[in-house]
Amino acid sequence: MSLLQIEKLTRNFGGLSAVSNVSLAVEEHELVGLIGPNGAGKTTLFNVLTGVYTPSSGRVMFQKGDKSIELSKLPPYKITRMGVARTFQNIRLFKELSVLDNVKIAMNHEARYGLFGALFRIGQYFKSEALIEEKAHAFLKEVNLDELAETKAKNLPYGKQRQLEIARALATGAKLLFLDEPAAGMNPQETHALTSFIKEIKEKMNLTIVLIEHDMSLVMEICERIFVLDYGKLIASGTPDEIKNNPRVIEAYLGDEVEL
Amino acid sequence: MLEFLNQIINGLSLGSIYALVALGYTMVYGIIRLINFAHGEIYMFGAFAGMLAITVLRLPFFLALIFAMVVSALLGVVIERVAYKPLRKSTKTAALITAIGISFLLQNVTAMVMGNNTSAFPQVFDQKVYDLGGIRINSLQILIFGVTIVLMFLLQFIVLKTKLGRAMRAVAVDKDASVLMGVNVDNTITITFAIGSALAAAAGVLIGLYHIRVVFWMGTAPGLKAFVAAVFGGIGSIPGAMIGGFAIGLMEALVAGYGGTMWSPYRDAVVYLLLIIVLLVKPSGLLGKNVKEKV
Repeated sequence: MSLLQIEKLTRNFGGLSAVSNVSLAVEEHELVGLIGPNGAGKTTLFNVLTGVYTPSSGRVMFQKGDKSIELSKLPPYKITRMGVARTFQNIRLFKELSVLDNVKIAMNHEARYGLFGALFRIGQYFKSEALIEEKAHAFLKEVNLDELAETKAKNLPYGKQRQLEIARALATGAKLLFLDEPAAGMNPQETHALTSFIKEIKEKMNLTIVLIEHDMSLVMEICERIFVLDYGKLIASGTPDEIKNNPRVIEAYLGDEVEL
Repeated sequence: MLEFLNQIINGLSLGSIYALVALGYTMVYGIIRLINFAHGEIYMFGAFAGMLAITVLRLPFFLALIFAMVVSALLGVVIERVAYKPLRKSTKTAALITAIGISFLLQNVTAMVMGNNTSAFPQVFDQKVYDLGGIRINSLQILIFGVTIVLMFLLQFIVLKTKLGRAMRAVAVDKDASVLMGVNVDNTITITFAIGSALAAAAGVLIGLYHIRVVFWMGTAPGLKAFVAAVFGGIGSIPGAMIGGFAIGLMEALVAGYGGTMWSPYRDAVVYLLLIIVLLVKPSGLLGKNVKEKV
């Protein structure tokens, strides 16, 4: 059974099918790319997978342990708690909060106390908060951001903000990670650093990653398999070499100055 | 000088009430960008709940205070779930007008059930006036100020040190991103309403005790002034609402004390004049952030 199984998924907006009858599967510990021209429906697909949009038809199945869970029936915050997280095309950190708080929010659902617990069961509260604090720091160390823990997110340099966004998504306890254009707006050095960062966390935390990216050098370098969307339809899938030589992909990209 | 200090003391106790109510305005605005115009009526409801807890349920004062806070929190939650939540995706004006409607509804239902006339709030404490070399402090003023400070500390603790507070701050910054980080946004909004309503109810009980009476329209004027306080401090900012509340209370007390027969009747007008000036000079308020609305 695949980790993520998308079955005949369609999402319509009025008369437009932003995602049209897409079926695909992602295996555990894979790193796959999702590419396609602008407006092909890549981000919409991410939004359906993370519950922001409900599918018009079709379903999304996710393997958690022995259980097969239908993600498309859950509200977004529950999908996250199943171990599925994402980053955004435009960075959406909690800008006014510290790096540490950004990570703690992602770990919030692990804290085992409520409002009355915080007010009346002080012992439980302190234990729980101390645990989260410790976990958050340990986590930031792993992603090399711990020395910036008290900095406000908005004051980080651009590359670090991207890195924090990925870290925050992982802090939810994610096993399946969707990255929406992680290299957008980066210079080649930053892209290079990001590429090794993604590889590193994937091995370290045993992740499965799906990434949308326009930077073809990055996609071709790190993706094991690639899916190509055009006008909401899946037009090709395969290894980077197969995709490079696929006539339908070349046609879809014709006019775009993208070297495949 | 003594007269000045006396007015400062009056202002601080009056300001405590405004600050407690202003906190509810600012928290709700911070999280869903709604001016909850029914908030003054929660304060009124809290005063009645406290009064009934003492007279009917025979609870001692502090238990009655907690009872009023809990019941009003529930009312706040019901209003949020029934009236505002279904409108979360509609225009802001729709929710705003609904808030005004809820405000009238609560007033009229209270008038229907409790009558149009003022009801007496039982005097559970003997009011003592302490004279410290000419400075007169009423024991109830100390109680009001003390309870307010304790509640403010509790609020700051919840907002800054607990997971609920973290969730509230995250939702205030970016609702959609919070959802995708596993935050239950609906529950977070509901808890915000509950906390804001509980604070307003505490203010209502304290003022009922201080003025020895409650009446169905008692929430209107303090509600509006607390709103001014929240705007003055920078709506959306919790410390701003605290400072704004005390500032408005002090200003009112000073105008009342020093305005003489000519100005003191206009102390409310002075408060609203302040609102106009703030909106002209610094629309974002003292501690507010100057954020452009995203289109």
